[in-house]
Amino acid sequence: MASPSMRWIDDGCNVDGGNPGLTREKLFVLVVADDALVRKVHEKLVSKLKVAKQVQTQTAANRKEALDLHLSGSSFDIILMDMQMPIMDGPEATKELRAMGVESMIVGVTSVDATADKEAIVEAGLDECLAKPLTAEKIKYLVETLERNK
Amino acid sequence: MEVGQMQRRLAEFTKSMFMEGFLDGQFLQLQQLQDESNPDFVVEVVSLFFQDSEKLLNDLTLALDQQNVDFKRVDAHVHQLKGSSSSIGAQRVKNACVVFRNFCEEQNLEGCMGCLQQVKQEFYLVKNKFDTLFTLEQQIVAAGGSIPAMEITSF
Repeated sequence: MASPSMRWIDDGCNVDGGNPGLTREKLFVLVVADDALVRKVHEKLVSKLKVAKQVQTQTAANRKEALDLHLSGSSFDIILMDMQMPIMDGPEATKELRAMGVESMIVGVTSVDATADKEAIVEAGLDECLAKPLTAEKIKYLVETLERNK
Repeated sequence: MEVGQMQRRLAEFTKSMFMEGFLDGQFLQLQQLQDESNPDFVVEVVSLFFQDSEKLLNDLTLALDQQNVDFKRVDAHVHQLKGSSSSIGAQRVKNACVVFRNFCEEQNLEGCMGCLQQVKQEFYLVKNKFDTLFTLEQQIVAAGGSIPAMEITSF
């Protein structure tokens, strides 16, 4: 569901925190981040959300792991892509995933003051952008968007 | 000391960490992620933060000690420290990193050196606070009590 327009969400300003309920059977989320702390927190945040009857998460520490997962046949509803990974891994990984035909919602996760990232993000083909820190409300918004665009 | 007293002491201490700016709302989000299936989640995440940060602070010390300081490299380390401190709600460390990044952008070595000391100070202050917090929690659990949930409206 790669969309040409990209929305910037920060501090929950654009999030109505609505409740998508349990209309969704399953939600598969991939957390891509090189920082183990970020992976742990984001994975836990997602897995605790009651946004589907079954929520499954997986993590990848870098671009290669994210690509390998897809090459081995895994697919995800949402990919949370940390934009702060070194060597422009985030945007590059996104471009490569799109080139592979991955149509998942890919969401860049970055810091609010990283304005330079925004251009890379739009160019890379991300669907949304979230400012850190990630919160339950922001992720619920993503799932709502997913449901709306089904 | 009986369990009720210990629980009140823990609540007061945690509240003081928020009032003094050591922690912000993100820490509450972290606490809400802890449950029976992952009872040590907060301790694990905070411990990860301390391990990562000690390494980052060492790297920063080395990077600023070079003949020709690579400010981009320094900034990258500070950026990472800012991100992880923000993730656990370590507000004062995060704020010190914000100031630090400004000096990196200006390539102001003296400013950066001052900021490094500030970040280290804030880091060790919050580390001591967390050590006390977790010790209080352990004492309550050892005495057969449970850790009361933090009320967001209590401060």
